[in-house]
Amino acid sequence: MNKQRLKAKLIKYFLQSCGSLSIVIVLLIFLFLFKEALPFIGQPGLTELFHSVWNPVSFQKEEFGLLPLVTGSVLVTLLATVIAIPFGIIGAVYISEVASAKEREFLKPFIEILAGIPSVVLGFFGLVVIAPLVKDVFGLNTGLTALTGAVLLALMAIPTIMSISEDAIKSVPAAYKEASLALGASRLETIWKVVVPAALSGIIASVMLGMGRVVGETMTVMMVTGNAPVVSFNPFTSVRTMTATVAAEMGEVTIGSDHYMALFWVGIVLMLMTFILNLVSYRVLKKYGSERA
Amino acid sequence: MAENQEIRSKIHVENMNFFYGSVQALFDINIELPEKKVTAFIGPSGCGKSTFLRTLNRMNDIIDGTRLEGKVLIDGGDIYGPITDVVELRRKVGMIFQKSNPFPKSIFDNIAYGPRLHGVKDKGKLMEIVESCLVKSALWDEVKDRLDKSAMSLSGGQQQRLCIARALAINPDIVLMDEPASALDPKSTLKIEDLIGELRKDYTIIIVTHNMQQAGRVSDNTAFFYEGRLIEYGATEQIFTKPNEKQTEDYITGRFG
Amino acid sequence: MTGKRRSEKFAFWLMRSITYVVVIFIAYIIFKILINGLPVISWNFLFSEPEKSGAEGGILPAILGTLYLVIGTILVALPLGMFSAIYLTEYAKQSKFTQTIRMAIVTLAGVPSIVFGLFGLGLFVITLDFGASIIAGSLTLACMILPTIIVASEESLKAVPKYMREGSLALGATKWETIYKNVLPYALPGMMTGSILGIGRAAGETAPILLTAAAFFLPELPSSVFDQVMALPYHLYILATQHPEAQKILPMQYGTALVLLLLVVGLNLFAVIIRIRVRRKYKW
Repeated sequence: MNKQRLKAKLIKYFLQSCGSLSIVIVLLIFLFLFKEALPFIGQPGLTELFHSVWNPVSFQKEEFGLLPLVTGSVLVTLLATVIAIPFGIIGAVYISEVASAKEREFLKPFIEILAGIPSVVLGFFGLVVIAPLVKDVFGLNTGLTALTGAVLLALMAIPTIMSISEDAIKSVPAAYKEASLALGASRLETIWKVVVPAALSGIIASVMLGMGRVVGETMTVMMVTGNAPVVSFNPFTSVRTMTATVAAEMGEVTIGSDHYMALFWVGIVLMLMTFILNLVSYRVLKKYGSERA
Repeated sequence: MAENQEIRSKIHVENMNFFYGSVQALFDINIELPEKKVTAFIGPSGCGKSTFLRTLNRMNDIIDGTRLEGKVLIDGGDIYGPITDVVELRRKVGMIFQKSNPFPKSIFDNIAYGPRLHGVKDKGKLMEIVESCLVKSALWDEVKDRLDKSAMSLSGGQQQRLCIARALAINPDIVLMDEPASALDPKSTLKIEDLIGELRKDYTIIIVTHNMQQAGRVSDNTAFFYEGRLIEYGATEQIFTKPNEKQTEDYITGRFG
Repeated sequence: MTGKRRSEKFAFWLMRSITYVVVIFIAYIIFKILINGLPVISWNFLFSEPEKSGAEGGILPAILGTLYLVIGTILVALPLGMFSAIYLTEYAKQSKFTQTIRMAIVTLAGVPSIVFGLFGLGLFVITLDFGASIIAGSLTLACMILPTIIVASEESLKAVPKYMREGSLALGATKWETIYKNVLPYALPGMMTGSILGIGRAAGETAPILLTAAAFFLPELPSSVFDQVMALPYHLYILATQHPEAQKILPMQYGTALVLLLLVVGLNLFAVIIRIRVRRKYKW
């Protein structure tokens, strides 16, 4: 009998340690990012990171200003979000409120496929199809621009925005809708004046989660945004995001060098940005009662 | 008085208080439940009768934040004592739930679930147990040809009798029934009541019910609960004909609840 | 009234069009890759080694490399994720500790894949000295898909009704017996479905293995878990952007993209089919 109790305890502790693993991994991620990045503070010094030039490989003066990378990420992310929002939200409203049951059963899994397409495949498609298109349509020298990246990243954000918005819309009590319809409002009016406002916090959270996904996306942007580390808010120029910088340059640096450490600082900034986006959207969703996050 | 000597007390509850978190659900319960009798717990919804029932096999343990004060003794042993093995206790105290809850397994596997847990592996022995329990729960004739069919294919009343058979298969002394017939049609309800009448010979039965006629028909003793307190407890006939407490009378005569 | 009806109809039509723009876009991506990729796929393409830095020959090492990484990831992440989910649904009480776990899972789910790459580089490749290898890559990917597996497994466990647990406990089963015999068997198919979706993601990811496992070109197949591997997504990236004759070897790129897409979408479809089947089988 005591043996059985011991066994139950052991099982519980074993499962508990598996459960704690997520905490351990998160802590380890922060630990290792900082561990590799830390010596940078002494030499060349943290202020180095706030400069506006990223020129890590140079015989004269190496510069590790994160500003162009941050603006690159922000520009691409904002553009992608702006493109994704109408498709994501209207799509979610259409699927949950307008589409017939049959249509819904086709649309939902189909759009889920999009979430499953590997980013490198999407990047490849962008490289061979979208970039030439952008180049021709806007008469540019190169199609590898912030806009090209944003179009593809919007595609990645759309499934996230759609599925979480849809959940939020679905959880609006039917009574609200019925009350509105009973007052003589049309279906359209009910949708935009009652249902969507009621689901708004969930929808906002979905957009933020979509942004989180976009900020962290690496391969697609690395392949199509041209990778020029310049401070620019022009969608038609080449930019270089934080993610692409790490992915492209980490392979060639000497471990422990200033450049190596600077790349870990990029990782830290990236981690913090997504961490905040996720934290806020998680709070919103939780308050909202959806367990989706 | 000579008759009283023969009736052994099976369950003894002393100064028991029960809490869900900071909310007290049961107040100072004191009761003796006799062996091999049917005791009915009645009272309006939320009066604590089901909670009390579930303290008797410690099913409340699985709810977070519950707490019990006082003593609950079965056969003289404190079931909340430090050396009590909950698993052992639940083998002794079977339970039938309000909503019949057969597992999505075959009829045979449902009943064999308990015995298998407790180490019976021999197929012949299991078959013996399954048959005897199904006979006891008056289901054998209806299902003997399809023991390998899913239990979900049975009707509601049959499912509930299957659950009774499943509870009997672990050979308990006490059977707790939490509104066992509340989800059933009148005909199935009667069958369950007949079954209770049969089972009282071998088991100590405690039944929670909403249905006062049912309490009247099946039980020897009745306890009336109200707002977490045991208001009155006595022979069923007495409770239903001349209750001592005003609240009991009001409830019985349908003035509230 | 009719005017109102008409504008409503128009609005619905507009919403439908916007939704179907996305659908058509997806269809076009798949179509484009299929149409250009299919002619490339042949026995030789799938089962031989690359030649001239991938300009000719096949992609066998990349396919195998991805399989090794995926298998490694499953072996690590699946049991850990499932046990973690069992703890959270069956054991964990409402507490600060549990909330912290949940917070960590959400955080983990949002960590950019390249940051996982940095983490894997720092911990597995450098500190634990595994070098760029199958094991370092698999462990990194496992950390990345852990939240997906946990969340999916939890949902599946929660879908098993409470009475299944109560019924079993009331028959004198221990908690673990109840979970093992009366909850897990019914939750397992759903757990697998969700996990396969996570694994599909691992198969398609490039950024984490870029820093922890992938090699541009290897003369021979890996012989141990401490060897580097080629991988499909990385191979595609190299062919499309780093190859000196990238424009000329477009068919090879399309072929590789198609194989990768089939692998990932195939896994997803497989998961969806299981889900539909299971839903039909158990209705609580």
